[in-house]
Amino acid sequence: MEKMKGVLEKIPEQIRRLLIVIAVIITGVVTVRYFILPSSLTDRRFHRESTVQRETAKNIVFAGASVCGACHADQAAKKKIGYHKTLSCETCHGPAQVHIENPATKPTAPRGREFCVFCHAFDPSRPTGFPQINPVLHNPIKACVTCHHPHDPVPSETPRECSACHAQIASIKTVSPHALIGCTSCHTVPAKHKITPRSVKPTKPETREFCGKCHGKESDRKDAPKIDLATHGERFLCWECHYPHRPERM
Amino acid sequence: MDRRKFLKNAIWFIPAAGLFRRFLKDAYAKPGNGRYDPNHHLYGMGIDIDKCIGCGLCIEACKKENNVPKEPFFCRTWVERYVIRKDGSVTVESIEAQKGKPRAKPEETDILRSFFVPKLCNQCANPPCVQVCPVGATFPTEDGVVLVDSKRCIGCRYCIQACPYGARYLHPETRTADKCTFCYHRVVKGLLPACVEVCPTQARVFGDLKSMASRLVRFTRMNKIHVLKPHLNTEPKVYYADLDGEVR
Ligand code: HEC
Ligand code: HEC
Ligand code: HEC
Ligand code: HEC
Ligand code: HEC
Ligand code: HEC
Ligand code: HEC
Ligand code: HEC
Repeated sequence: MEKMKGVLEKIPEQIRRLLIVIAVIITGVVTVRYFILPSSLTDRRFHRESTVQRETAKNIVFAGASVCGACHADQAAKKKIGYHKTLSCETCHGPAQVHIENPATKPTAPRGREFCVFCHAFDPSRPTGFPQINPVLHNPIKACVTCHHPHDPVPSETPRECSACHAQIASIKTVSPHALIGCTSCHTVPAKHKITPRSVKPTKPETREFCGKCHGKESDRKDAPKIDLATHGERFLCWECHYPHRPERM
Repeated sequence: MDRRKFLKNAIWFIPAAGLFRRFLKDAYAKPGNGRYDPNHHLYGMGIDIDKCIGCGLCIEACKKENNVPKEPFFCRTWVERYVIRKDGSVTVESIEAQKGKPRAKPEETDILRSFFVPKLCNQCANPPCVQVCPVGATFPTEDGVVLVDSKRCIGCRYCIQACPYGARYLHPETRTADKCTFCYHRVVKGLLPACVEVCPTQARVFGDLKSMASRLVRFTRMNKIHVLKPHLNTEPKVYYADLDGEVR
């Protein structure tokens, strides 16, 4: 006790007063934080719950694809079997929750050319096989909907040339030594491939003997240059060296 | 019963009764009463790069659904065009959000490959934005969506800097951080997020990772999946199929 007092007295007067002031401030803050402020003000859970509530209470603008059919059965039935089956009604007609609640406020119907072109104009970054047109050259001026029904757009007659979708391969082949060989002499193409190209695929040659049919020594095809199947190109597949759609002598 | 024994039993009775009550409450709180229970869901999104045609309707729908400013600079979701040229150079640009405007297309002659990559908040299981927020205004929900408390946010932009995916922006009207919520207000009601709703080619797949029947689980089973910047250990819940090695 005596010792404590000694230590305290050693601290200069002004520091001692300062310490008292600091102690008072600390106790003040602590009492306000933990005893006076209601716990709801510092509780994270409360804030999170109210945020979640605010978030879930937000307005819905897009009604969803399933509701339109109840009143527009014709359009829904038509679209379901057409090429546009993966499109939602609101993709084209815009947000329609307001329309559901009050059918008198009609959604927009995009009849202009610029809307279809938005998805169908040619763009080199688009996946191959997606139907694309050149908007400047493809039946200009007329609205697209005069020829293609928007809910069931029918393309040209289905049995199209391979070149409609494989334009690059087709155009390369026309300038190659294989120009006169039809696509189907190397690929067996099921009819379904032209309608659902991604799920039904044609065959591709798989063996060296396939090319050997025309190029092998014993082949009776006269116009094709001959090689010795046993030695030429070792064990590699022919198209590891020759591009089959534009073979070159190298 | 003597007094001693009574007191001893009383000491056991009080906590035991408390526990019993607790169990009773839990039993009643179990679902089946039709209310949405976030603990039974975990949301994620799948993106099939091979299907994206870069139409940008997802960006537009997102803006309409979520009151995002029209200017292309502000986006909760956006679509990047990658062009990899024959000389090995890579250009990335965000495609124009306004529809009807003719878009600049890359020169065709020297393209090696080119494709579109839709992007949005990855709703990380391990979100850096939550860690840096000085006021605790951003947090993950039980169903796996990272939300921002706009009442608490002070607009300091730390989270915008911290997000490795650039998914956040400062909303010019509220002056608070804003980002994709997977359209939380829609998904808790069983609707799809607006971007998924309008996607014409089903390049975006939304679903519940806790439900084996969800389209997303099937998507992750049928495709080879990659996430963005896996080395950062953020554990994103946006899953990309056929992602090119150049995409960052
Ligand atoms: C409650 C019934 C109802 C539902 C649900 C409904 N509609 Fe309608 N819709 C109507 C009625 C009524 C009209 C007016 C028909 C008329 O005037 O010929 C209409 C008209 C339209 C039109 C025509 C606009 C025009 O320019 O002629 C479009 C487009 C449309 N609805 C789209 C939708 C879409 C998209 C949905 C789904 C999100 C939807 N509707 C859901 C009742 C409904
Ligand atoms: C590819 C975009 C597209 C999609 C998807 C689409 N519509 Fe349309 N819809 C149009 C266009 C364009 C018109 C205007 C047609 C016209 O004027 O000839 C239209 C017209 C309508 C009309 C007016 C009556 C009519 O048949 O002309 C209704 C109603 C309608 N759509 C409902 C729907 C519903 C319901 C769905 C979903 C099942 C849907 N649309 C999907 C583009 C679309
Ligand atoms: C939001 C994007 C989008 C819009 C807008 C759109 N389409 Fe399509 N269209 C598609 C998709 C997706 C397909 C299916 C492609 C497939 O089968 O691979 C398709 C298929 C087609 C086809 C079939 C072509 C073929 O050879 O397979 C035609 C024709 C067509 N659309 C015309 C139109 C017309 C006309 C409009 C304007 C009213 C329009 N599209 C608007 C996305 C769109
Ligand atoms: C004068 C009628 C007409 C108009 C207008 C028209 N088309 Fe076509 N479209 C056709 C015919 C015929 C074909 C099939 C022949 C062909 O492939 O060129 C076709 C084919 C298509 C195809 C399939 C091409 C492919 O390679 O798979 C698409 C996509 C298409 N049109 C979209 C559009 C769009 C978008 C517009 C508006 C900008 C439009 N069409 C305007 C008549 C028309
Ligand atoms: C409607 C458009 C379309 C037409 C017409 C079409 N194809 Fe295809 N074809 C495709 C698409 C799209 C793919 C790419 C499938 C993929 O990568 O998943 C493909 C793929 C192929 C493949 C590669 C299959 C594989 O396993 O990699 C061959 C070979 C082929 N097509 C040959 C042909 C031939 C030969 C014809 C003409 C008889 C033809 N195609 C007509 C769209 C078409
Ligand atoms: C001389 C035989 C031959 C002819 C003729 C031919 N192909 Fe091929 N094609 C092949 C071989 C071999 C492969 C496999 C190449 C590989 O696996 O790398 C192939 C692969 C393909 C592929 C998938 C790989 C790629 O290059 O994209 C497509 C698509 C294709 N051919 C389309 C066509 C079309 C369209 C035609 C007609 C214009 C055609 N082929 C004519 C032999 C041929
Ligand atoms: C149906 C018969 C036939 C098949 C099958 C065939 N070719 Fe040919 N090929 C020809 C003919 C004919 C020529 C010569 C054309 C000419 O010189 O006018 C030729 C030329 C060539 C040439 C020489 C090009 C040049 O510059 O003279 C090469 C290399 C070649 N083919 C490779 C292949 C490969 C690889 C395959 C297998 C994918 C293949 N061919 C399958 C008929 C065929
Ligand atoms: C290892 C690479 C390689 C492979 C594999 C290969 N070739 Fe060749 N091929 C060449 C080269 C190099 C030449 C040109 C030099 C020569 O004439 O030997 C050539 C030339 C040819 C010629 C032209 C010969 C002439 O006299 O004009 C034909 C035809 C041919 N190849 C067919 C094939 C066929 C068919 C196969 C598959 C059985 C095949 N090649 C596999 C490398 C290859």
